[in-house]
Order: sequence, then structure tokens, then C-alpha cells
Amino acid sequence: MSISRRNNVTVSGPADGPAVVLAHGFGCDQNMWRLIVPALAERYRVVLFDYVGSGGSDLSAWDPERYASLDGYARDVVEVCEELDLERAVFVGHSVSAMVGVLAARTAPERIGALVMVAPSPRYIDDYGYQGGFSAEDIEELLESLEANYLGWSSAMAPVIMGNPERPELGQELTNSFCATDPDIARVFARTTFLSDNREDLSSVSVPTLVLDCTEDMIAPRAVGAYVQAAVPASRLVTLNATGHCPQLSAPEATAEAILDFLRTLR
Amino acid sequence: MGRRGQGADPSGTGDDAGVDATFTALLEDSAEELYESAPCGYLSTLMDGTIARINATLLDWLGLDRAGVVGRRHFADLLTIGGKLYHETHFAPLLRMQGELRGVALEMRTAAGGKLPVLVSSVVKYGTEGEPLLIRTTVFDASDRRSYEEELLRRRRDAEQARAEAERARAEAEEARRQAEDAQRQAEADRARLADALAVLQQSLVPASLPEVPGLETAVYYHTASADRLGGDFYDLFPLDGTRWAFFLGDVCGKGPQAASLTSLTRYTLRAAALHDPEPTAALTTLNAVLHERYAAGGDPRYCTAIFGVVEPGADGRTTVRLASGGHPPALVLRADGRADYLPTPGGLLIGILPTAPIGTVETTLAPGETLLLYTDGLTEARTGPGCDQLFGEDALLAFGAGQAPASPQETVSALTKLLRGFGDGLDDDTALLALGVPAARPHTRPATNSPS
Repeated sequence: MSISRRNNVTVSGPADGPAVVLAHGFGCDQNMWRLIVPALAERYRVVLFDYVGSGGSDLSAWDPERYASLDGYARDVVEVCEELDLERAVFVGHSVSAMVGVLAARTAPERIGALVMVAPSPRYIDDYGYQGGFSAEDIEELLESLEANYLGWSSAMAPVIMGNPERPELGQELTNSFCATDPDIARVFARTTFLSDNREDLSSVSVPTLVLDCTEDMIAPRAVGAYVQAAVPASRLVTLNATGHCPQLSAPEATAEAILDFLRTLR
Repeated sequence: MGRRGQGADPSGTGDDAGVDATFTALLEDSAEELYESAPCGYLSTLMDGTIARINATLLDWLGLDRAGVVGRRHFADLLTIGGKLYHETHFAPLLRMQGELRGVALEMRTAAGGKLPVLVSSVVKYGTEGEPLLIRTTVFDASDRRSYEEELLRRRRDAEQARAEAERARAEAEEARRQAEDAQRQAEADRARLADALAVLQQSLVPASLPEVPGLETAVYYHTASADRLGGDFYDLFPLDGTRWAFFLGDVCGKGPQAASLTSLTRYTLRAAALHDPEPTAALTTLNAVLHERYAAGGDPRYCTAIFGVVEPGADGRTTVRLASGGHPPALVLRADGRADYLPTPGGLLIGILPTAPIGTVETTLAPGETLLLYTDGLTEARTGPGCDQLFGEDALLAFGAGQAPASPQETVSALTKLLRGFGDGLDDDTALLALGVPAARPHTRPATNSPS
């Protein structure tokens, strides 16, 4: 099976345009980006994909050991770039994917020429002199609720979440993939996401980097965005006037504009 | 309700007046009142989650007051940490993409610090241009349902655990069965190998077949009582020189493998001794010396009884037989005239007990039609009678012989074999029979017969 098939890769925009790879975070899939793809695809070759275990990826390729660390996800990114033979692409990572981009850029510097970090956090748990936004107990509570197959993650609830009988035009493709994750896979991804600590990796970033945070994001508070910008050498920070953790959904125009501004500075 | 609610019943009664009052009260239940006191929580938020309206039911459930919530808190603020993360990573994106969500399980945090499991449904209200304006949300208390789900979950875990244990038990049973099969296969292989070894050993105890002796007919019967077929009885027949033949039959003490090793020693000692000195007494004397030296001198006395004979067919068909015996039951002769006689060898004692053993001797002549029978005490000591409590005995054997005589060796052995089979369980010892005789009519050679059982 090809990597493109495995990671459900979709490509749009001009074939000869500079490549922009959009990577979703924990919870959903590449559809997270659909509101900003049209703006980007006018000039850029936009590459979307799902991490193995998410969305329309090949679930049989999922390996609990590989995906128990962010390096496993970074390998997905590098393998996608290699199969498409991308050179110095701009990698846009949402949430935990911002750190995946850091790891991928270090592994394959010839493939990734710039980073956009959307609502990034290198560490969710508070530490001495560091405010991640969550206590260790908070994260433990989250993971325990996940272990208990609780909250909305229960497989019994998934069809309820996904069902959308009144807007059938959204279609099976969307409702069956978007945010619908196998509970066992979701538990591993959540553990990897919320227990990783990538603060030490930030200083190794050697490519131009845009950090986007939101005015109100309980998962990645503004202090964290400022921390990331301060730690990444060639970076600048733009705070979007958006609430929540997903500005590409809650403020798509502003998000797209900030990314396009950054892309223009690269040429 | 609808029927009574029509209120225009011409045959109205006092009761109807009360019903009408109730219905009127219902109609006057304002939308506002219904919103505030509905049996579910209502709230409306701006697109950024800021709470714009919330009903009294939900405020009451959460222990919050309106002033502290409206315009100040976001919907996600009402959730537990796990609920917030789920809201941010799943709920909010899905709502943005699909415009509505139904029946999502979340947990809310109460002012008292408790958790309230809820089921949440939200719809986005759009403006005339299709732009999202606000989010309307209903909240149902799902405490009972959550308990039910947890119970289901617990039952499922129990069932999965029980299944895993059953699977483990099945695997263990399978493994045990496999090991038992291996052990059985091994045991069968061992038994087969042992049987092969025993067969080889047994062939060293008695000859596979007797050689042909010119002018004589022979017959044997051999029965081992032990399951391993290693017997304590022995016999043999072999040439000494051109005219004489030696034969012997005996019984060592004990049964089984130990008896077998003694039997083997005895047989080959007698054969070797006879080749050195064919005198019957000499062969048994040599055997006595060998057994005594080998066993009794070392404090482990083992012994045997044996008859050793030398037969020399004569020119006129009369055959001379000289016998020596060490403690063995006397040979029986079936005469041509129908008589049967024992050939006592008085004075002979067990071989192997004393440094020098007294040996008894006797000599006879076999005329045509006469048969000499050597036997072990398995025959005479076989238990007979209704309760298997009487021994067959030498008298009975003598009478049986007389009843058979005259009889060829083969006829004699066949008759005795039939008799022995009739003893059934009474035959509990090794038994050997060796008969040799001069053919009755025209002397001629018959093939040797060997019928070990």
C-alpha cells in the first residue's frame, strides 16, 4: 500500500505551486482544514493527510508502539513528504502536530523549509517556571476518563456524534471520518499528546516559523504561545482574534490570512 | 386531555369546571416560564462560547447564579477538565462543521465541586446570509443513564475477563491433553522398545526351534506366566556328536527378569559343560559349581532344578536314554503297551545350594511308540478343582499319561496343552514340556515341533 493511500493524502492547488502540508491534531482529521484550504489553494499546492489511526487512514497500519511517541507521527509526515517528493515544504501543524512538525523538520530538513504552528503547546502540564495550563492531576483525570471509555469517546456514542440526519448533504464521507476515532487508538493518541514534553526540542528549530495562538484557548493559553515564540529562534507570533483551540474553524479568514502573510515573506 | 380540554361539553359538571381551570393555567404557562423551568437545561451562547442565556433548571443543577454566568462564562467553563478537552478537540470542531450535535456525553462541574453527567445537544442558529449567529444547547441530566452505562461497561469487562479466563483454562486443558498424549506416545514407544528387547532376550532362554534328531520325534510347549514373557523355565536339545544328543529341562527359582538372567546362565552353562563332558551327572555337577560360585557364595543363593539327559538312538529302533536330575520332578514315560511310569531319580537335590550337589540318575530304553516326557512343576502344581484349591499333582499326571499312552510326543504335548488350557486361571506358573520318543510304526524322521505359547 502506498503512503498516500495509507495516510489518505489529498492534494489540491496548482501542481507547480510551493507545497504547503496541513497536519491535523488530536481529535479529528484533515477536514479540520477545509474552511481555509480554498484560500491557500489559489497559489499553493496544498497537501492534506490523516495520521495513521485517524480519519480515512488505513487503520490496519496502526501500531500502538510506533504511535505511542510523537516520533511515530513525525515519520508519517516525512514519509508523506518523501512519497510526494516535496522539497522545503511549509508544514502547518495544528495543536500537537506543531511539535510533530518540529521533529519532522529535524529528521528531514531538506523536506521542510518552514513551520506554521497553530495553537501549539510543547507541554500541557505545568512545571516549575512553566505554565502549560493543566496540572498533572487534570491530565490524569482526562486520561482516566479516556481509559474508562467515558465522555464522548465511548464507541457507543460515536455514531450519535457522527449522525447528522438533518444535513445529509454533508455525506457519509465527512460524518464517518471527521473526529470519529477508534476509542483504543484515541486513548494512545491522547496519552502521547498530553504527556509529551517537547520544550527542549524548540531551540533546535532552524527554519522560519510562525506561531499562531488565540485570544482565548483553554488548551493552549496565550502564555504557552509566547513561550513557544520565545524558544524558537527564527519565529514570530501572531495572536488571532479567535476563541477556542481551533481558529481554522472559528476564525478561518483570519487564520488563512495570517498563514498567507507568512508564506509571502518566505519568497 | 384533549377531549376534556374542549371545555364546551353541554352536560358540564362541577368536575369539568376544575379541569377547565387546570387547562387554562396550562395555556397561561408562558414560554418564558416553560424555558426557565423546563425539565432540562437550556443555554444559548455566542459563537465564541460566551453564555448569553441560561435557564433556571441548569443554574439550579449546577448551583450557579445567573449574574455570575451570563456574559462572563463560556460553555466550556461549565465542563470538567476532561469535558473541556473533549469539547475543544471534538465537540466544537464538529459543531462548526456540521451545525449541530446530538446526545453527546459530557460531564459538568457543579459549584459544590461535584460532577454532573449530562447529554448535550447543540444547534447553530444561522443568519439570513448563512452566517452563524449563536449556539442553542439543551442539557439532559444523564446521571441514571451514566450509571447504567457504567454498569454495562462493568458487565462487559466482567464478561471479557470471564471469557479470557475460560480461554486460558481451555488453553491449559489443551496443553495438559497434549502433554498426556505425548506421555502416552512415549509410554507406547517405550513399551514397544521394551517388548523388542524382551523378545530378543527370550530367544536366548529357549531355542527358537528344536533341531531334527534322526530316529526321534520331539515336541515342546512353553508358557510364561509373567507379563514380560521372561520365564524361569528352560529346555534345550542339541547334538553332542554324530550319534548322541543331549537335552535338558529345568526350572529356576523366581520369576521375571531376575529368573531370566539365571535361566540364561543355566542354559549356556549346561550346553558348554555337555560339550566338555557329555556325562549327564557331570553337566549338572558343573552347573551346580557355577551357580554356587556365582550366587550362594556371595550370600545370594539362587538355584534351579533340572533334568539333563543324553539320548542315543539304537540300530533296532530302541533308544537308550540316560537321565540325571537335581531336585526335579521325575520324568514320565508313556509306554507302547499303554502304561505310564515315572522314572524316579532318588537322591538328587536342588542345584546351586550346596558346594557339591548330590545328583540322581536313571536310565531307560524307549521302544518304538514310546515317549519320554519332561515337565516343570507348573504342570503338576497347577490348581484345579471348582475353587482352584487343589493341585493337579503327580498322581493325576500319571493317570493322565496312562490314559494317553501309547502316544507320540506331539500327541502327548497336544493333550497336555489342551489340559493346561482347561486349567485357565489355575495355571499361574511358568510351564515347560519337552517330549521325545521313538516313532511307533516305520521309524522315520518328523520335523521338530515347537509351540511356545
